[in-house]
Amino acid sequence: MGLPKFNYVAPETVQEACQILEKLGGQAKVMAGGTDLLIKMKHGALRPKTIVGLRKIKELRKISFRKNQGLFIGAMALLEEVASHPKVKKLYPAVAYAASQTATVQIRNMGTVVGNICNAAPSADNIPSLMAFGAELIIASPNGERRILLENFFKGPGEVNLNRGELVKGVLVPPPPEGSGVSYQFISQRSKVDIAAVCVAAMVVIDKGRTRDVKIVLGAVAPTPIRALEAEGLLRGKKLADRSIQKAAEQASQEARPITDMRATSEYRRLMVAVLTKRALLEARQMALAS
Amino acid sequence: MMHKISIKVNGDLYVLSVEPWKTLNQVLREDLNLTGTKLGCGTGDCGACTVLVDGRSVTSCLTLAVEMDGKEILTVEGLAPAGEELHPIQRAFVEKGAIQCGYCTPGMELSALYLLKNNPSPSEAEIREALSGNLCRCTGYNKIVEAVQWAAKELKAEKSKSTRSK
Ligand SMILES: Cc1cc2nc3c(=O)[nH]c(=O)nc-3n(C[C@H](O)[C@H](O)[C@H](O)COP(=O)(O)OP(=O)(O)OC[C@H]3O[C@@H](n4cnc5c(N)ncnc54)[C@H](O)[C@@H]3O)c2cc1C
Ligand code: FES
Ligand code: FES
Repeated sequence: MGLPKFNYVAPETVQEACQILEKLGGQAKVMAGGTDLLIKMKHGALRPKTIVGLRKIKELRKISFRKNQGLFIGAMALLEEVASHPKVKKLYPAVAYAASQTATVQIRNMGTVVGNICNAAPSADNIPSLMAFGAELIIASPNGERRILLENFFKGPGEVNLNRGELVKGVLVPPPPEGSGVSYQFISQRSKVDIAAVCVAAMVVIDKGRTRDVKIVLGAVAPTPIRALEAEGLLRGKKLADRSIQKAAEQASQEARPITDMRATSEYRRLMVAVLTKRALLEARQMALAS
Repeated sequence: MMHKISIKVNGDLYVLSVEPWKTLNQVLREDLNLTGTKLGCGTGDCGACTVLVDGRSVTSCLTLAVEMDGKEILTVEGLAPAGEELHPIQRAFVEKGAIQCGYCTPGMELSALYLLKNNPSPSEAEIREALSGNLCRCTGYNKIVEAVQWAAKELKAEKSKSTRSK
């Protein structure tokens, strides 16, 4: 299977990349690892005139952690680098785990976490745990930078809140609050290499026996990853007892809006949302109590 | 527009002019005549096209050649340089009957090499996980797993021999 023809440019700075994107608009596509983009082009679903490769922009490969700012994952940091980074594994285990469970060894050596986000598949493995941590994206344009909460970034499958001339520099994950735990759970139809049929991340912060904060994020059961806000409401401020977890899991399943496709029926997906939400809350609680 | 790239493949330097839409797989097979690297699905699923780029395993069908400028690439042809004996991983695949039609073998061997470089004593589960991006339609995988276990032992034995003789 061959690729259609296109031009290729590899700017060396973010500024230069944004200027090219501003000039070319919809005719250009940013490429990180290319593991989504090139496949869409091979299938004829996308036909950009120009690919803007980010590979030469050294600063984008960075993964760094600062106590007061949190974790920064640059746009070109590979899935494998995020999965194996000691600080990510220690402080954001659900983020490292999600990256380690994405695709295959080879694809993790090519693809990026930010590419997974920007591709905006409802099933993307790396979005739920980052949303649960309250991550923000840093977006660069020819005129400067802006930030947006990850959960406000998605408009629909494959559609994101980026304007002409903009690209994502990286994702910023706040420092995990004291007494918090985040868990990522997923089910795929065949092996784990397969795209998730349902995925769920849960974050809880436990303070003096009560749930000070909670986030439940559902993937692959709506046009974008979504928060199960009513389920969260059942838990906020309460004791995180097994019975409330069960109730919240059932509520989350009501908030899902799944479709039937080749990976699963909508009925199955809805049932699995309850199962995975329960598992995620139980594990997050355990992590919070152990922290 | 053509792009000039210089790449090292199995230790040999090549300066090439490539079109931006050419994949590394096409350049290896069509321009350099290194047909040991196979093309299966073309979409990153089967691993038949696996090569190492600067020591990392990647699928060459989804790698643009223009992005390989300055990189070192290892293909199956570079595992055992011409005229020399087989690499222990290759010997293991032969000894353990891990090859039937052989189409998946080059990719499997490079994935095995990548695994054993990073984890010299993998468990069976780790081997299966490391090879989950390489499909085999013939062997049923058990012989391949045995071959990787055998190769791991051989490589460790070789290493301890060479450190002892130093
Ligand atoms: C065999 C195989 C298995 C896979 N398995 C999984 C899986 O299990 N789970 C999963 O979630 N995904 C999976 N994927 C999909 C894919 O590998 C991931 O989504 C990967 O993280 C994409 O990253 P990339 O760097 O290759 O993105 P690219 O293909 O380079 O980019 C993806 C999209 O995002 C845009 N983009 C990329 N970077 C930026 C940026 N910095 N700013 C703005 N836009 C940007 C591109 O224009 C493009 O539209 C799989 C893919 C393959 C081929
Ligand atoms: S040919 Fe590249 S993964 Fe199948
Ligand atoms: S030996 Fe035939 S595909 Fe593996």
